[in-house]
Amino acid sequence: MHFIINGQNHALDLDSRTSLLDLVRDHLLLTGTKKGCNQGACGACTVLVDGERINSCLALAVQYQDRTITTIEGLVSANALHPLQQAFIEHDGFQCGYCTPGQICSAIGMMAEMEHGVPSAITADLAGETVQLTHDELRERMSGNLCRCGAHNGIIQAIQDSFAEGGDFKTNYPKEAAE
Amino acid sequence: MIAFDYTRPASASEAIAIAAKQAHAKYLGGGTNLIDLMRETIEEPTALVDVSTLSNTIDVRDDRILIGAGVKNTAVAAHRAIRERYPMLARAILAGASAQIRNMASVGGNILQRTRCTYFYDDAAHCNKRWPGTGCDARDGFNRNHAILGASPACVATHPSDMCVALAALDATVHLRGVDGDRTMKLIDLHRLPGGRPDIETELRQGELITAVELPSLPSAARSTYRKVRDRSSYAFALVSVAAALDVDDAGHIRDVRLALGGIAHKPWRAFAAEAALRGTPATQPNFRDAAEIELKDAAGLRDNTFKIELAKRTIVATLSELNGRDRS
Ligand SMILES: Cc1cc2nc3c(=O)[nH]c(=O)nc-3n(C[C@H](O)[C@H](O)[C@H](O)COP(=O)(O)OP(=O)(O)OC[C@H]3O[C@@H](n4cnc5c(N)ncnc54)[C@H](O)[C@@H]3O)c2cc1C
Ligand code: FES
Ligand code: FES
Repeated sequence: MHFIINGQNHALDLDSRTSLLDLVRDHLLLTGTKKGCNQGACGACTVLVDGERINSCLALAVQYQDRTITTIEGLVSANALHPLQQAFIEHDGFQCGYCTPGQICSAIGMMAEMEHGVPSAITADLAGETVQLTHDELRERMSGNLCRCGAHNGIIQAIQDSFAEGGDFKTNYPKEAAE
Repeated sequence: MIAFDYTRPASASEAIAIAAKQAHAKYLGGGTNLIDLMRETIEEPTALVDVSTLSNTIDVRDDRILIGAGVKNTAVAAHRAIRERYPMLARAILAGASAQIRNMASVGGNILQRTRCTYFYDDAAHCNKRWPGTGCDARDGFNRNHAILGASPACVATHPSDMCVALAALDATVHLRGVDGDRTMKLIDLHRLPGGRPDIETELRQGELITAVELPSLPSAARSTYRKVRDRSSYAFALVSVAAALDVDDAGHIRDVRLALGGIAHKPWRAFAAEAALRGTPATQPNFRDAAEIELKDAAGLRDNTFKIELAKRTIVATLSELNGRDRS
């Protein structure tokens, strides 16, 4: 099976039962992505596939052959933290850090969704062209990522800060890795 | 999880042919329900036929919209024609699961997702759905999330889909393809009530593939919504949900109404009795309440879920009132 993970090509012989999560953690030793529940209920395993956020625990690797996958390790460029990683530090967006890689990948996928005008359950005007980056919108859109340490307020702050109006989230998008 | 062969056929016909050759084949959509069920050994397919890349378009016509079974839930909810013409469907989908899961889940898989009854998942429990004839531990157990309408002595599980509740209200049709050819079926006829055989959940034939869902023209659905009541405000299954469309004339009388309930039965529950009671009557809260009473007349509560009967009534009234208020302004 062939995959493009964090910009690198990988060819592996895998049991068809292997999840995408176990592929990155156990076979490629990219242990940034975490296993929380292994059943889609926590978001710790969130990765980006062609720029879309998914739960890698509910994905079979075999389904994602030849796709472009980005994990938390793929966000760092030239040894510099991704701006969102920096913002998590500044806003105390974590305590133990277990949910953090999933939170950050999820936030990047979320911004791409907002850029494409995808509404959320609380978007009042479904016919609208754009979505506002309000606190409530972010809470709803990030609800697939639980934080047992309760750092949600810092997490939302960090996301709002680094993607705030005027700030161009497109430039924060992991371009090299996505190509 | 037992070992399985994986194939990704290039067409629906090829998928059906592959599945027909295997005794225990399963179609694979996003996998968000099936992979979980395979880990729990509730499902043990020996072959997975990946249909997630087939039927991947939304075809918009004036008189209908045809949504391919492989289209992701997010793509349906984000589609402009769906948001404008069938907002209840966009809202129902967005109220379900999380953004990550909606990015993975397909329309076909959402329709055929299985119950979240905890006894069904517990391999130490009695469950007629999982092992026919063993009994139902939910009946006298923790049954806060269970059915209040259409349940049977054998099973009190609910169907967990939000999307299907809107599809039921919208009179959606499901397009099917099998070894015997193509056929269509109303979404409300696809899922079954549990009766004595809760293990048989749908009217699908062995190896039949869902290829698309068709939404018929329904101008009144442009004013429609979905309201979901749950234990936390996001990322939780429904205790009760309501999909509704309301069309009121200038004199304040109900020209047409569509109503369906979720979280309360073994299948998405179209509220035909309430609709019939409402048509032609003034759009008032007392009439909404009377219609809700009629629909829930036969509702039966269990130890932990009797509150859902009143909750369902109030949610119907609140949802119709909201649409009525919007209509008036
Ligand atoms: C943590 C969590 C929370 C959730 N919360 C909600 C919620 O609040 N509301 C809600 O509605 N849902 C919720 N879900 C369920 C989710 O919506 C479903 O798992 C999803 O819709 C299933 O789609 P899929 O494509 O991944 O299906 P799969 O898992 O791929 O398949 C499900 C079933 O459908 C069959 N199938 C798939 N495609 C076809 C086809 N084209 N033809 C015939 N058979 C087919 C498969 O064989 C399988 O039996 C939640 C799930 C999780 C894990
Ligand atoms: S580990 Fe994937 S959602 Fe929890
Ligand atoms: S920082 Fe500990 S779980 Fe979120």
